[in-house]
Amino acid sequence: MSNTGESALPGGLKGVVTDWATDKQAFQVPWGKAMMWIFLLSDTFIFSCFLTSYMNVRMSTTVPWPNPSEVFALTLFGHHIPLILIAIMTFVLISSSGTMAMAVNFGYRKDRKKTAALMLATAFFGATFVGMQAFEWTKLIVEEGVRPWGNPMGAAQFGSSFFMITGFHGLHVSAGVIYLLVVAKRVLSGFYDRKGTYETVEIAGLYWHFVDLVWVFIFAFFYLW
Amino acid sequence: MAEQAEEGQQHPIAIYLWIWLLLFVFSAFSYMVDYIGFQGGTRWTLILLFMFLKAGFIVAIFMHMQWERLALKFAILLPPLCLLVLIGLMAIEGDYTFLTRLQAFVHS
Repeated sequence: MSNTGESALPGGLKGVVTDWATDKQAFQVPWGKAMMWIFLLSDTFIFSCFLTSYMNVRMSTTVPWPNPSEVFALTLFGHHIPLILIAIMTFVLISSSGTMAMAVNFGYRKDRKKTAALMLATAFFGATFVGMQAFEWTKLIVEEGVRPWGNPMGAAQFGSSFFMITGFHGLHVSAGVIYLLVVAKRVLSGFYDRKGTYETVEIAGLYWHFVDLVWVFIFAFFYLW
Repeated sequence: MAEQAEEGQQHPIAIYLWIWLLLFVFSAFSYMVDYIGFQGGTRWTLILLFMFLKAGFIVAIFMHMQWERLALKFAILLPPLCLLVLIGLMAIEGDYTFLTRLQAFVHS
C-alpha cells in the first residue's frame, strides 16, 4: 500500500465510481470462476433459507411428521425396501459428480474427446436423476395423494416443504444438464483449444458439484432425519 | 500454494477416484443408518457426521477449494456462518410456535 498517486484520485460521487471501476484484482483466479463462486454463495443462502423454513415448520407442527423412510419406500422384486429410490438417486448424482471431476481434469490436460465424453456422461446421469425425480413426484402426487396443502400421512407442511425444496433442486439439475451440454458442444468443436484454456469446464464443474452438494444436505435433512 | 500454476487446477487422477469412492462409501453408510433403523441421538449424530464428511470432500477436492488462496476461501466459506444465526433464531421461533399451538389447540 503506497500512497503515491492516491491524491490524484477524484473525490465525491466521481470518486465512488472510480474506486469501484478501477481495475483491481482481489482473487487470483479467472473472473468467471470468482463470479461462479459468488453465485454459488448466493445460492447457498437460498437453499439454506428453504431448509431452515422446513426445520421451522417441522418443529412447530403438532401433527406427527410423515416418516420419509416409509413414504419413499418401493417394492422391488417382491421386497419392500425403505428409501431405496432416494438411495439410487443419491448414487446417480455422486457418479455424475465423479465423471465431472474427471472431465475437469482431462480438460486441463487438453484432452478434447475425453473431456467431452465425460461431460456428456455427467449430463446423462443428471438427466437420469431428473427422470427419477419425475417418477418420485408422480408416485407421490397420484398414488399417495400428497399435495402442497396436505397429505393423508400426517403434517400438512410435509408436501409444501417437499415440493419446494426438491423442486428447486431439480430445477438446478435440469439447468445444469443444459449448461453441461452447451459447454460439451463447445469442447467438441475445439472452441476452448482455440481460446487456449479449458477453465470454462472447471467453472461448469463448480456448478455441478454444488448441485451434488445441495443434495447431500437435502438427503440428510429431508429424507433421513 | 505452490500448486497455483498458470494452467489452473491440475491434480493426479488418483485423488479424484479415491474421493469418489469415499463419497460412495459415506452415502452407503448414511443409507444404512436408515436401513438399520437407528433412532434418536445416534441417528442424528451419524447423519450429520456423514453429511459433513461428504460436503467437506466435495468442496475441498472436487471443487478444488483446498488448493485455492486464502482470500477466496475466506470470501466463500465464512459468509455462510451467518446462517447459524438464522437457524438458531428459527429453532427458537419454531419451539415457541409449537408451545403456543399446544396451548391453543390441544388443551382447550
